[in-house]
Amino acid sequence: MVPLSYYLVLSGILFVCGVLGFLIKRNIITIFMSIELMLNGVNLSFVAFAAHWQALSGQVFVFFVMVVAAAEAAVGLAIIIAVYRTRETLNVDRVNLLKL
Amino acid sequence: MTPNPYLWLVPILPLAGAAVNGFFGRRSSKKAITAVALIFCGAAFCLALLIAASFSSASAPYYFNLAHWLRSGSFQVDFSFYLDQLSLVMLLVVTGVGFLIHIYSVGYMWEDDGYYRFMSYMNLFMFFMLTLVLAKNYLVMFIGWEGVGLASYLLIGFWFTKDSAAAAGKKAFIVNRIGDFGFLIALFLMIKHFGSLDFTRVFAAVQTLPTETAGVGLLTAVGLLLMVGAAGKSAQIPLYVWLPDAMEGPTPVSALIHAATMVTAGVYMVARSSAIFERAPMAMMVVAIIGTLTALFAATIGIAQTDIKKVLAYSTVSQLGYMFMACGVGAFSAGIFHLMTHAFFKGLLFLAAGSVIHGIGGEQDMRKMGGLRQYMPWTFLTMTIATFAIAGFPPFAGFFSKDEILWKAYSSEYGSWVFWLIGVITAFITSFYMFRLWFLTFFGDYRGAAALDPQGHDVHGHAAPGHDDHSHGHGHGEPHESPWVMLGPLVVLAFLSLVGGWIGIGGRFEHFLAPVFQSGAAAELAHATAGEAAGTGTETLLMLISVGAAFLGLFLAWTLYFRRPQLPARIAASLGGLYQAVVHKYYIDELYNLLFVKPLIDGSTEILWHGVDQNVIDATVNNSASAARHISDNARHMQSGNLRSYAGWVAAGGAVVIAYMIWMGVWVR
Repeated sequence: MVPLSYYLVLSGILFVCGVLGFLIKRNIITIFMSIELMLNGVNLSFVAFAAHWQALSGQVFVFFVMVVAAAEAAVGLAIIIAVYRTRETLNVDRVNLLKL
Repeated sequence: MTPNPYLWLVPILPLAGAAVNGFFGRRSSKKAITAVALIFCGAAFCLALLIAASFSSASAPYYFNLAHWLRSGSFQVDFSFYLDQLSLVMLLVVTGVGFLIHIYSVGYMWEDDGYYRFMSYMNLFMFFMLTLVLAKNYLVMFIGWEGVGLASYLLIGFWFTKDSAAAAGKKAFIVNRIGDFGFLIALFLMIKHFGSLDFTRVFAAVQTLPTETAGVGLLTAVGLLLMVGAAGKSAQIPLYVWLPDAMEGPTPVSALIHAATMVTAGVYMVARSSAIFERAPMAMMVVAIIGTLTALFAATIGIAQTDIKKVLAYSTVSQLGYMFMACGVGAFSAGIFHLMTHAFFKGLLFLAAGSVIHGIGGEQDMRKMGGLRQYMPWTFLTMTIATFAIAGFPPFAGFFSKDEILWKAYSSEYGSWVFWLIGVITAFITSFYMFRLWFLTFFGDYRGAAALDPQGHDVHGHAAPGHDDHSHGHGHGEPHESPWVMLGPLVVLAFLSLVGGWIGIGGRFEHFLAPVFQSGAAAELAHATAGEAAGTGTETLLMLISVGAAFLGLFLAWTLYFRRPQLPARIAASLGGLYQAVVHKYYIDELYNLLFVKPLIDGSTEILWHGVDQNVIDATVNNSASAARHISDNARHMQSGNLRSYAGWVAAGGAVVIAYMIWMGVWVR
């Protein structure tokens, strides 16, 4: 049986990878994928805790996260396409119309 | 008390006229405006006549409750109207003279761009004035009181592009506010002590109180405060200063508002409150003293004025003083009688003066008039009647009312020979300055620009100067008679000035008004009958003296301004300082400026404006605004528009939260 701490460390590594990717990358698609990476890092910790405490609620929560992530992906990708059509770029540094 | 459902229609009719002309006048033709203004005003006059025809002393007073207004506990005020002998006289004077002046205005104001505005204001004035005289309680009266002040302000400043007119309107309004302040406090006292403002209920409550002979009490306070209000509205010392300036308004306005009707509102109010004044002898005495002093004071200023309307303005102040003198000695009906005859002859004087001004192209300086008798015979004739009436020559209207006042000032229990003496002196001065005006305007040679210019240009070098025929058809300002639309009202008013006093013969007017002044009138009549037997000889003697004073005034004016016209200048020079003081109206305006206006303006500028307003109020608002701007100026740099920097802020925030939770040892479970 793999100890809980292994899962949590892996989960933390995945989450930090997501955060760093989000902060560093300029391509919107990559940023988007980084968000998914963070979500999955969190998901991993959820199921790990569920297995450890023998509680079902963690598993259920993961399904919620996955559903929301799927919906978010649908909307997010649509927005990305819309941005690309108007700005003709996927570089977030050039999508700064809201700047004062 | 009999209900009369038509009462409220009388004021509403002119209001409707004012509304129609005010809202639609700008786009209507002048004929339509004239029709609206005259029809609504005339309808009010006809209705007043009908009401007068059905008036019977047996069923008076009439009343009508239009609607509830205020209800607060046991205190209530209704929109209610009231008609007794006193209001009936006022009603007829206001609608009658008002209607005549409306007709006159058609001719006088026809060329003016603001014609519709003028007519609308005039109708509005009629509405408020009628509300004032028909009110059944002090609060409705106060509506009218303030409303006529508003109309007066609008009409004095009618030519508001002229600085002096705008300033005069403002002055009238502000000085009146001072008086209204006294009036309002009197109303508050009544509410507090009598729990009502209704005339009948207040006077009934007053009847239960003892006469304040010994000391000064509630009734004296109320009376004096009412007198402050009356002094403001009726231009008495010390608040008379606005009336002469009010002559900046068009002449029909001076005739209607500042001579015939509005300025007499104070007299009406004091007479209406006679029940209060009769129980406060102190207040009565103050009224009499103020009235007497004002009469004399204003008359002396009138001597040296050169503006024809200013002379008439001071004359109005002086005559109003007579009315207050009458009220102050308890002869309320004599005061109202003089109010009525004064409305006729002073309205006429102003309208005739307007006709003169109109005829010579806007000139108001009497030094540039003269000899107008042959140019405008009708104006001359009517003006003559009015002059004789105001000077107190029998059988003109002014004689009867003025003589009544002087006799009462002498014989009444509140009166004294001092009041009578000052009254007679004032009568002499009145006669003098009125005939001075008359001679300067209508006799001698025409001294205006139109007479001088043609001789200077056309007849230069020719042997026939002074032929006025030459200047006929000359472009500007040959004096000419006014059109009939203006002369008609003059003739009617002249007729009234001639016969208007006759209704007072044998005390008929006094008997008619007696029910209104019941409480005092009983004593008055008893006193009169007692004094009648002993006093007939005295009365005749006093009458002869006052007529003699009028003749003396006529003779003096004739000597100075007709027979030896070079004399006045020499007398003026020999009087020196005194004459200068009179010409400058005793420097009262300057004194008020120094005492009240300048400190107020300086205080407002330095303390309230520069101090409080700019340094406290403005500074608070401005500084908090600029502080907010500075802070947000700095804070907005966070909003770089760069998505990754936002993400960085979120991550940093999250890190801070987690660090805080670890630091504080707060765990999930």
